[in-house]
Amino acid sequence: MKKAWLALENGAVFEGQAFGAQVDSIGEVVFNTGMTGYQEVLTDPSYAGQIVCMTYPLIGNYGLNAEDYESNRPYVRGFIVRENETQPSNFRSTETLDGFLLRYGITGLCGIDTRALTKILREAGTMRGKIVVADAFEWGDLQATLQAWDMGDVVQQVCVKEREVHPAQGECQFRVALCDYGLKRNIIRSLTKRGCEVTVFPANASAADILAINPDGIMLSNGPGDPKTCITAIQTIRDLMGQRPIFGICLGHQLTALANGADTGKLKYGHRGANHPVKDLAHDVTYITSQNHGYAVLKETLDESRMELSHVNLNDGTVEGIRYKDADVFTVQFHPEASPGPQDTAYLFDEFIAHMKKRKGGVHHA
Amino acid sequence: MPRDNSIQKVLVIGSGPIVIGQAAEFDYAGTQACQALRSEGIEVVLVNSNPATIMTDTDIADIVYIEPLVADVVENIIKKERPDSLLPTLGGQTGLNLAMELYETGVLDKYNVRLLGTNTDAIKKAEDRQAFKDTMLSIGEPCIASRVVNTLEDALDFAQEVGYPVIVRPAYTLGGTGGGICNDEAELREIGENGLRLSRVHQCLIEKCIAGWKEIEYEVVRDHKGNVITVCNMENLDPVGVHTGDSIVVAPSQTLSDKEYQMLRTSALKIISALGIEGGCNVQFALHPTSFEYAVIEVNPRVSRSSALASKATGYPIAKVATKIAIGYGMDEIINAVTGKTYACFEPTLDYCVVKIPKWPFDKFVRAERTLGTQMKATGEVMAISNSFEGALMKAIRSLELNMYTLEQPFCTKLTKEELDEKLYLINDERIFILAEAMRRGYDLDTLYQITKIDHWFLQRIQRLVQTEEWLKTQKLENFDAKSLRRVKQLGFPDRVIAQYVGCTRAQVKAMRVALNVQASYKMVDTCGAEFEAVSPYYYSTYDEVTDAQPSQNKKVLVIGSGPIRIGQGIEFDYCSVHAVWALKKLGYETIIANNNPETVSTDFDTSDVLYFEPLTDEDVENIVETEKPMGAIVQVGGQTAIKLTQALSDMGVPILGSQPDSVDAAEDRQRFDEVLEKCGVPRPAGKTIFTTEEALQAAAELQYPVLLRPSYVLGGQGMEIAYNDKDVVEFMSIIQRTVQEHPILVDKYMMGTEIEVDAICDGDDILIPGIMEHVERAGVHSGDSISVYPSISLSPSIQAVIMEATKKLAKALNVIGLVNIQYVLYKSRIYVIEVNPRSSRTVPYISKVTGVPMVEVAVRTMFGEKLRDMPYGTGLYPTSHYHAVKAPVFSFEKLHNVDTNLGPEMKSTGEVLGVAKSLEDALLKAITATNVKLPQPGSDIVITVRDSDKEDILPMARYFDQNGFHIYATQGTAKLLNSQGIHAEEVFPIDVGSPNVLDILHRGNTGLVINTPTRGRKPERDGFRIRRKTVECSVPCLTSLDTANAMIRCMQLHKHPGDLEVVDLNSIT
Repeated sequence: MKKAWLALENGAVFEGQAFGAQVDSIGEVVFNTGMTGYQEVLTDPSYAGQIVCMTYPLIGNYGLNAEDYESNRPYVRGFIVRENETQPSNFRSTETLDGFLLRYGITGLCGIDTRALTKILREAGTMRGKIVVADAFEWGDLQATLQAWDMGDVVQQVCVKEREVHPAQGECQFRVALCDYGLKRNIIRSLTKRGCEVTVFPANASAADILAINPDGIMLSNGPGDPKTCITAIQTIRDLMGQRPIFGICLGHQLTALANGADTGKLKYGHRGANHPVKDLAHDVTYITSQNHGYAVLKETLDESRMELSHVNLNDGTVEGIRYKDADVFTVQFHPEASPGPQDTAYLFDEFIAHMKKRKGGVHHA
Repeated sequence: MPRDNSIQKVLVIGSGPIVIGQAAEFDYAGTQACQALRSEGIEVVLVNSNPATIMTDTDIADIVYIEPLVADVVENIIKKERPDSLLPTLGGQTGLNLAMELYETGVLDKYNVRLLGTNTDAIKKAEDRQAFKDTMLSIGEPCIASRVVNTLEDALDFAQEVGYPVIVRPAYTLGGTGGGICNDEAELREIGENGLRLSRVHQCLIEKCIAGWKEIEYEVVRDHKGNVITVCNMENLDPVGVHTGDSIVVAPSQTLSDKEYQMLRTSALKIISALGIEGGCNVQFALHPTSFEYAVIEVNPRVSRSSALASKATGYPIAKVATKIAIGYGMDEIINAVTGKTYACFEPTLDYCVVKIPKWPFDKFVRAERTLGTQMKATGEVMAISNSFEGALMKAIRSLELNMYTLEQPFCTKLTKEELDEKLYLINDERIFILAEAMRRGYDLDTLYQITKIDHWFLQRIQRLVQTEEWLKTQKLENFDAKSLRRVKQLGFPDRVIAQYVGCTRAQVKAMRVALNVQASYKMVDTCGAEFEAVSPYYYSTYDEVTDAQPSQNKKVLVIGSGPIRIGQGIEFDYCSVHAVWALKKLGYETIIANNNPETVSTDFDTSDVLYFEPLTDEDVENIVETEKPMGAIVQVGGQTAIKLTQALSDMGVPILGSQPDSVDAAEDRQRFDEVLEKCGVPRPAGKTIFTTEEALQAAAELQYPVLLRPSYVLGGQGMEIAYNDKDVVEFMSIIQRTVQEHPILVDKYMMGTEIEVDAICDGDDILIPGIMEHVERAGVHSGDSISVYPSISLSPSIQAVIMEATKKLAKALNVIGLVNIQYVLYKSRIYVIEVNPRSSRTVPYISKVTGVPMVEVAVRTMFGEKLRDMPYGTGLYPTSHYHAVKAPVFSFEKLHNVDTNLGPEMKSTGEVLGVAKSLEDALLKAITATNVKLPQPGSDIVITVRDSDKEDILPMARYFDQNGFHIYATQGTAKLLNSQGIHAEEVFPIDVGSPNVLDILHRGNTGLVINTPTRGRKPERDGFRIRRKTVECSVPCLTSLDTANAMIRCMQLHKHPGDLEVVDLNSIT
């Protein structure tokens, strides 16, 4: 293994070993606290543009397999672990972490003190960094490069280019339009197994495109990056409000808030992991959720006459869910589709189904 | 919802004495519960029969009863105290069973006591085998093919149906008592019958054996709102088939992908919700190694050993949260004490790996059956934390204090190939070392997997350690660079092992590390993987360059804990460690605890200011010392574990507070000790120090038999035996010399007199003796296995004065500062010293409680120069209590096959109980009741078989039984003697000679008591041994000392039931 370094915007440097593709890579450095689920993390398009550090020290234990992909390929720009297991053990494992990263040209960095790195990110906030594969490290003009780096239009990089149709499992009961900002496959699986035929639309699809298939409901997916850069999507959502039941997740949640006049902001170091408590305010129950976001809807910008705070993060009080009073629309910041993480909030998909059922019933009777 | 204000006074039931399957974890849970309740202004009434616990301190609960844990007694307490509620789920299986009994018999209703937390329906659904199966079926959770049976016939039918092997699991027993795997009908007949008898409800579950599947546990917490979380999951390195208490356990799981992890997590949540648990709960799963098939093995609807482990592994205080839930809080209202910001309603995430290894008593019971199965055998456990599995495993191994520091062990390397092949199939405490040896000899991992079903991942990690050992053997110290040395240290290799392999001294390795700056650093256990800043300084060591430790500049003291619970060093020493910490806090010092036992109060991050969860070896402690730079260390409260570190700490330049290393040495070194005795004019039984068997025989001849043989510097009388002839000496010496003896072996004249024990505190000028204890059994039975009585019964004031004077002289001559424990024997009206231990002892908690003298605090104060005369407890002999307190030992023989139950100089008990009453007899009855020994009832059979020297003494006892409606059966010699004295006794044959013999009598099932005083030797094939083991299997009390038998008869003569005795509130007696 070659020697490699992680250099951070704030001047910190970690020495470790490269694995996987072993090429230099630049990205926004974030940490994830999940103890399992690295394959799902790697293939979650929401991590596009980011170098992900796992806080759990032993990664690769159970290898990677053909079934646990959340998209076609990994989108992370680098993957940092304390210990990279080269001899995985699990009945489904078909590949090592090293082999997987190499195959997709992604650089891994191991052998660094991931807890020390996490503490830096916690204290100073998420920042840009570069994995440099070299025997010796020199700053040179790297500092300037880091500061100039921008992840670009990541949503466009990860979303589908053409619409796709996924048939329902069993009898088709509902037709759902799914706006892809970087979706995780388990959103599709969660819908199709509930009897939905799912049509996936590219992020820049217009409301007219979407309504043209006469969907029973519209699902807005998760995705990477700053929501404010998704101008087309915001307009589309604004146009869709009130037209159909809408259920938004993560970036879809943020975009809906922006479309309705609320604001979003960047969190210091985000929420990435599988242990985040979210309180459902209406039912006074707290659920453990899977999360992956660096931005959040700002509570003080909600228009209370139209938007009701439905879920809140128990740790830091940030907005986790909104219900729109004048439209059949609800959105959550966390990931009810799990993968990875707890499946405790999968009932939200049932709720979405119920919304569609209600509307459908209404249409028939009208 | 905030707390329920109708709850004002709560009864908490503890778990009783330490037995295998129920150890210090319930003191930890109970103590947390009491503290949580009191912090809410709730008055706490506590009952527990175990005096060595922190929870029975009057500063933990408001009102403390040290009383037998039986329904009648607890009813009396309820009647007297009128609590409004009872918290049933924090006192282990004992506490839970008792609470259920009180509920079922209507006692709780009668006194309007409500059960807090999980309700009785939920408990029944989880505990009753059939109800549990039905519930699982109704929610679609898979169970293992099984049937609940009440008869052996049904068990056999079911086994026929599903095929062998099957597992027997008795209902309502702890630690799997009486259960086991049966490979054929014969085994099922034996184990099944036994299991049915041991079950409170005569019920067993017969289960299809799924040995070899992965065993995975989830610790789950739920509140009344329906919020539910998992605190952590754990993976057993040993697959299904070995009791989880006897398994090496890793947290979190290592070989599960997110899909399997979440599948089982979701199942656990579903189960706890369906059962309606409110509080902590443990769910055990079996997971097929090559599919998603799983089965629910069992659910514990209460806090457990696993929840203590999970609490320490994650920093999440399950017992505290469960208590708050029980009084009405939702988890979303309880603050996470580790971060001080976030709430208890979240799931901890680990950024390290935790390994638990059980501590088995096989080093002590060399003849015990070491095989591990569904019945737990470990007395305690160690936990280790590191950021690699290898590092944690290596730390855990050395934490066991078995003088093992790496996987390569002489007992493995010397095996022939045939022996090794055979041992690979044994599932016992040595398996991991045997596996390592096989890897060293080139066995491939697939073969080892096929044999053991231990997941490849674990095997590979073990192999990595073996490869590192082998690599080290090829290295020279000077060839190390910082990177390679750091790597070896990260894998957990201590300097002494590196030194041994590369061929240099430990000091050279240390010097190399210093030169290359490869030094221990510390990381924090913070529940959140560093996502939030934590406020609880709870650390483990690593070899990273960045440390989390932030040592303060305060004046601080290091308290060395006592490691895993084992026979001879139990929970008493944790009590002392915790009290030392509290005393230091009172004196204004910052406190640091180093310990590795996850079950204890001392390793609660709330106990000390800073907690280091580390092995207690000199190197590990030195690393802490170099980081924290304490102004001193206290070693006299942590048992032999801490005492062993005295010299090392002193060499590190850490001042030892209290008695100096030299005092320990003077008390242990035979020659120096003799000089001290000479100077003090206190005699001791004549004795000699020897090294070889020849010398031992010569010494015995000079001293004249009987003589006592024992190694020096050991605890619990380990390896100590009374020899009556040359043959015994040869046998015992061969056992002692099985392990290399660094210190000489002691041979002493054995004096069979009254044994007296004293715990004293010395400030350098004066001493304080809170109380003198007298043993019921004459010298020869280890003090830990004796019934001990306070105040003494038979000592005249003049003898007490002699003891007082001798204690003072000895304490001063040995320069004791702090605690000292002295054992004397009164033989022919003269006092002799048997042993002096300049440290805390097993009896300190009990004497502290019954006299009201906070002995550890007083001792700590003397370490800082305070004088006894300036403290409120005075000097000399403390005024005697008006109450009698009787401490009785509790054994776990039913869990340990092949262990002889006869009492002798080597300690065998795992725990103790206390009976407190105004009269000695009442106290004795309480103590015996609390040990769960049932007094024989008239009409039952009494079996008497005693050695010749006891035949005179047995007569009055036999006469009592004869005249009070018992049937006596006796072996030839005893029967003849009894008959000649006009006592009816039926003669029985020796075993193997004819029928009826003693075993036949026992089989009849009407035996109430066996009195068997052993003949010489302890060969298992002897009749006596077989009789004693049979009594264990039949749950018949067996007394091996006539003194104990006599005490029992005194209780019987009272004609009282436990419920007839007045319950005693500890506050009222001091």
